[in-house]
Amino acid sequence: MSDTATKATPPEAPDPTTEAGARPEFSLGAALRGLAEGELGSVRVILGIALVWIIFQSQNSNFLTATNITNLLLQVVAVGLVSVGVVLVLLLGEIDLSIGSVSGLCAAIMAVLNVQHGWSPVPAVIAAIVAGAAIGLFQGFFVNFFQIPSFVVTLAGLIGWQGFQLQVLGDTGTVNLTSGFIVDLTSKFFSTGVGWVIAIAAVALYAATGLWQRRKRASAGLKPEDPLRFGVRTVLVGIAILVTVYVLNQDRGLPYAVLILIAFVAVFAFITTRTRFGRHIYAVGGNAEASRRAGINVTRIRATVFILSSTMAAIGGVMAASRLLAVNQSSGGSDFLLLAIAGPVVAGTSLFGGRGTVWSALLGAILIGSISNGMDLLALSSAVKFMITGGVLLAAVTIDSATRLRRQSIRRV
Amino acid sequence: MTDATATQPAAGPKTPLLELKGVSKSFGAVRALTDVDFEVGTGEVVALVGDNGAGKSTLIKAISGIQPGDRYAAQFEGTDVNLNTPHDAAGLGIATVYQDLALADNLDVVENLFLGHEMSGPGGPLSLLDETSMEHRALDLMSQLAVTTIANVRTEVGSLSGGQRQSVAIARSLLGEPKVVMLDEPTAALGVAQTRQVLDLVKRLKDRGLGVVVISHNLADIFEVADRIIVLRLGQRVATFDRATSTPDQVVAAITGASSNGQKGDQR
Repeated sequence: MSDTATKATPPEAPDPTTEAGARPEFSLGAALRGLAEGELGSVRVILGIALVWIIFQSQNSNFLTATNITNLLLQVVAVGLVSVGVVLVLLLGEIDLSIGSVSGLCAAIMAVLNVQHGWSPVPAVIAAIVAGAAIGLFQGFFVNFFQIPSFVVTLAGLIGWQGFQLQVLGDTGTVNLTSGFIVDLTSKFFSTGVGWVIAIAAVALYAATGLWQRRKRASAGLKPEDPLRFGVRTVLVGIAILVTVYVLNQDRGLPYAVLILIAFVAVFAFITTRTRFGRHIYAVGGNAEASRRAGINVTRIRATVFILSSTMAAIGGVMAASRLLAVNQSSGGSDFLLLAIAGPVVAGTSLFGGRGTVWSALLGAILIGSISNGMDLLALSSAVKFMITGGVLLAAVTIDSATRLRRQSIRRV
Repeated sequence: MTDATATQPAAGPKTPLLELKGVSKSFGAVRALTDVDFEVGTGEVVALVGDNGAGKSTLIKAISGIQPGDRYAAQFEGTDVNLNTPHDAAGLGIATVYQDLALADNLDVVENLFLGHEMSGPGGPLSLLDETSMEHRALDLMSQLAVTTIANVRTEVGSLSGGQRQSVAIARSLLGEPKVVMLDEPTAALGVAQTRQVLDLVKRLKDRGLGVVVISHNLADIFEVADRIIVLRLGQRVATFDRATSTPDQVVAAITGASSNGQKGDQR
């Protein structure tokens, strides 16, 4: 066991040409491998979106028009916002099944306060969001202190909050919204010029933070990301932003609602990847016991994430109500919950915890929204739509599990 | 009294860094440890051996404050100290690497090294992580420990081999600048080459002047790295050996109670 040959060249010794701390070089082979192992989950979902778009465009030439793309993005705003909270919960390895009911309940609270009690719109919206946070605190308490699986607690919430929603809405069951502010959330657009300014600012911000990080790594004597890879990524993201705004400007312009969605996604993406709190979310999702022993307050992280999940559900509910111009008994019901969870999973966030990004909320919502929008354009029957949606969900979860199995098999090498 | 039965008289370290006397621990009616003494010196590797249920892990947990002893007296660097909570032990500079390693597979090496102690700017939970400083420190630490098997400290820990994972766990325990490191079965379930990496790492810890406590079942490993070997049996310290003047057979005899003498006659 102590033969010198082994000592001289241990089998795991790195390639001498590889510098310690070097990032893997960018190559097609590595990229394909990364794709299979779920490293480039966002690239995978973008390819999926492209495929879906090509299929629907070939069936109906109205699919890729500026008007339809604008409608598509407006349709995915509510579910995308809810999915942001879902990603946080999934990263912890938990689940929140109450988000649909919570979004409906909070929208109902807003509508009733605004329309029936004469509150002005802004306080009504704030009340709805605070109610969402309180619900998250309540559910997180049961998950934390009674150690009940989140699946069960939020399943109770799914039914209970829906009942509360019916109670709040009262006999009529429907409250129509007329308030300017609430309606404006999803019906106002930035002018062409403002849209371009926002787009250019976003591209500049993205490129600047990327360059700043490269400089910081270089000045610390660390090897920066491969320049080709960095360049390709920055240019592609820049083009995506500019093309999106160009297309939207061909129709009515950049919608307020889309900017709200992207802002929430960007802020939470930043929090999860760049702050101590975000790191702890991933740590708890990867190994809760190890995190606890390392001094991370697992209870507090879990409670905070459940509050954020319900809060995002409330915000999504407000946006859904704004788009529908009403809150009714089926708000937040039907497949809203499943689509909000399916989006991030389709886009590479694992159901098993610890893996995924907040961007998957946006990309997943666009993918699922595209399928739904395309099927509406083709005037498919509900029967076909449900079956196809179910098939897509199954495929997404299968890919997630296959990725996980592959990762486990690699570790046994 | 506990050393009275040692087949080879083995002098303790000249200046014990950490010394516990008369550690006893019961779980209900079960006496897990009875009046056990323990000491480890600077730059010394002490192996803790014994059969399953002999009390090795219980002793480690008592020292690390996770399950404090019912009765004990402890001295650290010559002064009386308490070891009643994990915080007490950590404050003194006693670090423990448990058998399960407590790593998060989804995080990379740097992220695991700083788990729970991330370097960041001011501002509570939303403070910005200082990734470059952490990566710099991680590379430093890895090169100090001569861990050359991990080419990229941004590799996910889940994709590392058992020996690499053990190295990461040991490296993490060193970030708090401890004076004593306790390793629970660091070579269990490792292949030949990986065992070699870990044993080399243990020797480097010793060279850095740390007191190292190793629990192991593998006598070949123990005889390679340990300076002294403390044998526990049925919750009592039954023998202490000096590595240089003893043989594996003697240690095995002490573990199983085969070498009969006054105190060992009462097994079972």
